[in-house]
Order: sequence, then structure tokens, then C-alpha cells
Amino acid sequence: MIGINVYLILIAIATLLSTYRVFRGPTAVDRLVAVDIMTTITTGLMVLFALYYRRMIFLDVALVYALLAFGGVIAFARYMEGGL
Amino acid sequence: MNAFTVLGELLVLLGTFFYFLSTLGLIRMPDVYNRMQTSTKSATLGSLGVIAGVGIWALGTDFGSAAWLTKTMAIALFLLMTNPISAHALIRAAYKRGIPLWHGSVVDKYAEYLEKSGGDGETPEGGGEE
Repeated sequence: MIGINVYLILIAIATLLSTYRVFRGPTAVDRLVAVDIMTTITTGLMVLFALYYRRMIFLDVALVYALLAFGGVIAFARYMEGGL
Repeated sequence: MNAFTVLGELLVLLGTFFYFLSTLGLIRMPDVYNRMQTSTKSATLGSLGVIAGVGIWALGTDFGSAAWLTKTMAIALFLLMTNPISAHALIRAAYKRGIPLWHGSVVDKYAEYLEKSGGDGETPEGGGEE
């Protein structure tokens, strides 16, 4: 099969493309959308790292990271809306 | 190399491909609504592929156990529930800030709803006593 390094490189390319949108984006919500996608991709990356390093404890790190990223994005969205 | 590793690698490959497609849509699309539309859906599908694929792949290795599959399913279910909520909150914030639609957009259902309901449209029919 292909191997786990190819998947890590594909995820790195995807993160670089969304970083381009973070720096380029015309409005603040554009940058926030790109950051939201980056957090989703980073959750998958942490799950892949758990398999790469053969440690099951990294899955808990991914779960907590997904929880915190969700709360942060919701808080930023409320702030952009003007309701915070 | 058994059936679990083959199926897991295929799912992880599909997931990372959808990650790449979602960020490609983030680059290519013209305004913030289209970018949200293309990127969020395919990133959710890519996350499901990667996370469930890792869970199945770990069953076929020598260090894997059923706890890997359980934990990855918990993470996948959590992402499946929370990712559309954050996307909806973000795009609602974008609309409330008054970011204009792309000039080639043909329909704006939320503006039609606001015009029909009269007020600011904060509360739909029969609910939302916030």
C-alpha cells in the first residue's frame, strides 16, 4: 500500500492552501472560515499521528482539540455577529 | 497486510483527498458563502474518512485493539455533530455583517424570508424565545 507518509504530505498541502486563504482573505469572516477548516484538518492529523506513533493517548488529545476548536469558532462567530 | 489495513488505508486516502478538495474550493470560489459551502461539507466528509479509516486500520496492526475503533468513532460522531453548527454560525455572522453576495448569485432565500416576515427575522414561526 501507499504508506502513511503520503497522507501526511497531502494533509500538509491542504493546510498550506488554507493558510493562503488566511493571509489573502478580503474580509475577516473569510479568514475565520479558513481557520475553521484548518482546525478540522488538524483533528484528522492528530488521529493520524496517533497511528504513526502507535500511542492511543493521542486520540484523547484529538478529541479535546475538536471540543476546544468548536467552542472557539462559535465564540468568534458570535463576536463577528456583534452579540458577544 | 490483511483486510483491515487495506480497507483502512483506502478510507484514509479518500479522506485526505477530500481534505485537498475542500481547501482547493477554499482557494477557487469567489465569495465567502461559496467558500463555506464547498469547504465545510467536503472537510466533514474527509474527517469521517480519515478518522474511521484510522480506527479500522489500527485493528489490523499488531498494537491495535477494539478501543481504537471505539475512540475514533466517538471523535467522528462529535465532528459530524459540531461541524455543521459552527459553519452555520459563521455564515450567519457573515450575513449579519452585510458582506455582499457574489455578482453572479441568482437566489437569496434569507433576504426573501426577511422581507416576507416583516421584522428582523430573528424568531421563526412558533419558537425561539431567546
